[in-house]
Amino acid sequence: MSANYEPNIVAFLCNWCSYAGADLAGTSRVSYPANIQIIRVMCSGRVNPLYVMNALQQGADGVLVSGCHPGDCHYMEGNYYARRRLGMLKDLMEFVGVDPKRFHMSWVSASEGHKWKEVVEKTVEDAKEAGPFEGFRRRQIDW
Amino acid sequence: MTEKAKVGVYVCHCGINISSTVDVDAVAEFAEKLPNVKVARTYSYMCSDPGQVLIKKDIEEHGLNRIVVASCSPRMHEPTFRKAIADAGVNPYFLEMANIREQCSWVHEEIEEGTAKAKKLLTASVAKVRLLEALEQKEVDAEPAALVIGAGIAGIQSALDIADAGFQVYLVEKTPSVGGRMAQLDKTFPTLDCSACILTPKMVDAANHPNIELLTYSEVEEVNGFIGNFEVKVRKKARYVDFDKCTGCGDCAKECRVKDRFPNEFDQGLGKRSAIYLPFPQAVPAKYTIDPENCLFLKKGKCGKNPKCQEVCGTEAIDFEQEDEFVEFKVGAIIVATGFDPFDPSRKPEYGYDDYPNVITGMEMERLVSASGPTEGKVKVFNGEEEIEPKEVALIKCVGSRDESVGNEYCSRVCCMYVAKQAHLIRDKMPDANIRIYYMDVRAFGKGFEEFYDRVRRENVRYIRGNPSEIFKRGNKLVVKVEDTLTSTPLEDEVDMVVLGVGLEPRADMRGVMELLRLSQSPDKFFLEAHPKLRPVDTATDGVFLAGCAQGPKDIPDTVAQAKGAAASAMIPLARGKVPINAQVAIVNEATCRGCAFCVNICPYTAIEMVTVNRFGNEVEVARVNEALCKGCGSCAAACLSDSIQPKSFRDSQILPQIAALGVMK
Repeated sequence: MSANYEPNIVAFLCNWCSYAGADLAGTSRVSYPANIQIIRVMCSGRVNPLYVMNALQQGADGVLVSGCHPGDCHYMEGNYYARRRLGMLKDLMEFVGVDPKRFHMSWVSASEGHKWKEVVEKTVEDAKEAGPFEGFRRRQIDW
Repeated sequence: MTEKAKVGVYVCHCGINISSTVDVDAVAEFAEKLPNVKVARTYSYMCSDPGQVLIKKDIEEHGLNRIVVASCSPRMHEPTFRKAIADAGVNPYFLEMANIREQCSWVHEEIEEGTAKAKKLLTASVAKVRLLEALEQKEVDAEPAALVIGAGIAGIQSALDIADAGFQVYLVEKTPSVGGRMAQLDKTFPTLDCSACILTPKMVDAANHPNIELLTYSEVEEVNGFIGNFEVKVRKKARYVDFDKCTGCGDCAKECRVKDRFPNEFDQGLGKRSAIYLPFPQAVPAKYTIDPENCLFLKKGKCGKNPKCQEVCGTEAIDFEQEDEFVEFKVGAIIVATGFDPFDPSRKPEYGYDDYPNVITGMEMERLVSASGPTEGKVKVFNGEEEIEPKEVALIKCVGSRDESVGNEYCSRVCCMYVAKQAHLIRDKMPDANIRIYYMDVRAFGKGFEEFYDRVRRENVRYIRGNPSEIFKRGNKLVVKVEDTLTSTPLEDEVDMVVLGVGLEPRADMRGVMELLRLSQSPDKFFLEAHPKLRPVDTATDGVFLAGCAQGPKDIPDTVAQAKGAAASAMIPLARGKVPINAQVAIVNEATCRGCAFCVNICPYTAIEMVTVNRFGNEVEVARVNEALCKGCGSCAAACLSDSIQPKSFRDSQILPQIAALGVMK
């Protein structure tokens, strides 16, 4: 791994808390690594655990899922489902040969622009440590 | 979806907000080569009228049927562009936005990385937009009524405006009387209007208005539903006094066996009340309430031979059997006007608020100077030995505001002026007193504020710049230890009384309302508005609005202005009588659904039910979504074993290409 290796990170953010928090980071001009690309979903509960594996398969080196703080979900309980499903996925990652460092889950509220920056930095740092991901054979999706 | 996707891509400069860290021309050039893209352009402000016209013209000329706008957050301008393309005859849901401002140009510094990332985000958007489906915007009827939570000046004003417009209002107040914090104030700055004189008529109006159902000593327990159709359940706490029979005569309180034993909340604990009480003389409704924590009969089941209040009440209004009642109703909109808590100076122990009775808060000072207060307007304090009329008075500003050590970075906006006002009132009552104000800055920003500040200074009130570090006792005096930062002189100022100009904090009990209505907090922990500039009374929950200090510290004029704004916004769905419902709902592919009902159990809105259908000659159970109830969260889709239930606009088939686009473009 070269010293200037930059991991490619795909993040799934819920519309109401984390996506708004990332927007706030922008409005507040909080700068953070450009490695992260955000896909907006309405709720972290929408994130099928297979999306995480799919992202790794498609070329991501790390994946982040971020939602509302437990208890604050805009849809009442979606983030609890996310926490269960993705927690289980995290436990399974090592089993399928993926460094669990590549996957992060976080709770970032609409007011936590600074926390968002910290989450991104940690995710990028861990993905850097884990190095380029070549564990899965890429299935080219012709779109 | 047989029509071939023809995508138009529009990259916004946003002045230089985007173009300074993203090479927008390079991004547009790159976009032109993406599959299905027919047109790719840049423009200085896409959201402006010419920007929108650009899109509409291209739709006409090039037959575009999908639009990608790479600009700010969709949370900002998605509705703008949806409307623009709908005007040009394209389904408004054939739009995707690439957030290259908040999540790109504003957070990255190098133009290379900004441009590279913008290309990736845009690619993902193009990948998705081609696979979006046309959605139909449906509407449902809206209940022509509103719920207002909190009956301080904000809630009262909102309720009156909505009621005056002819809609039903349910005004719910937690305490036994309406009026809130404003009722506790003596005079209001900078005009020195008597607070009670201007508030009381509004309190009475709110109680008597034919369109307002006033629910005092009540709390909202449950809110279900959505804009236009909220179902609300309110708990009316037992007063142990028959509301209709009580005449408010007060004989009960006079005879109560624990008469004047308990700190009166309204007087900030400076005065005393009985276990059966009226919070303050002008309380609305003028009905007595028994405090169950202190009433001997309610606590111990015994109060002498017979409870005195019951004996003396001429209308037999006392009812110890009374229980909490529940009221249920439907409303179309909700206004949250729950107010604030004054900062508790015990959290700054260096000021000795807990140790010295002559260190008091601004709210306590309001009650002391009030003619209807516990001292009937005389400024008297106990200095530890005797009750004195203070001669040397110090007021300290910014207590609990602009102070990171207590977690409050914000300015409370009212303290500069209320401290000046209190200095004026003290001067008024005690012409010989020596009054000084310790301050960090003087923020006299409002209408008439600077003039008032000037007036107070001319009344021989000294302003000394310095933030006191400590207050301690020496003999029968209090010593304020402070550095005068204008002359760099350390001072030990001996005074008889200190007034702490405490700031405003979010209510300690706000969590309940927050969870009921799915609201968020801003960094200062007050309720978060939908947009700080353009949607200051809206929240992320459609149909729920904010008024007054619940949203952040403000003075009475600003509170009333916001309350009127919230009322006007809340009336939009009520007046229209209809509200659009979420089009991005989940849908079941009944051909592949295997009827496991996992989704039914997961749905937080009970929007999914099992139905029997005939599939290839067999009766089978499949899931079906009630579109009026579905909010489109998509939790069902992540649980579905056969990917049969999918939220529109966020289908697997729409998200997976986004993932692929981002992955491939390493």
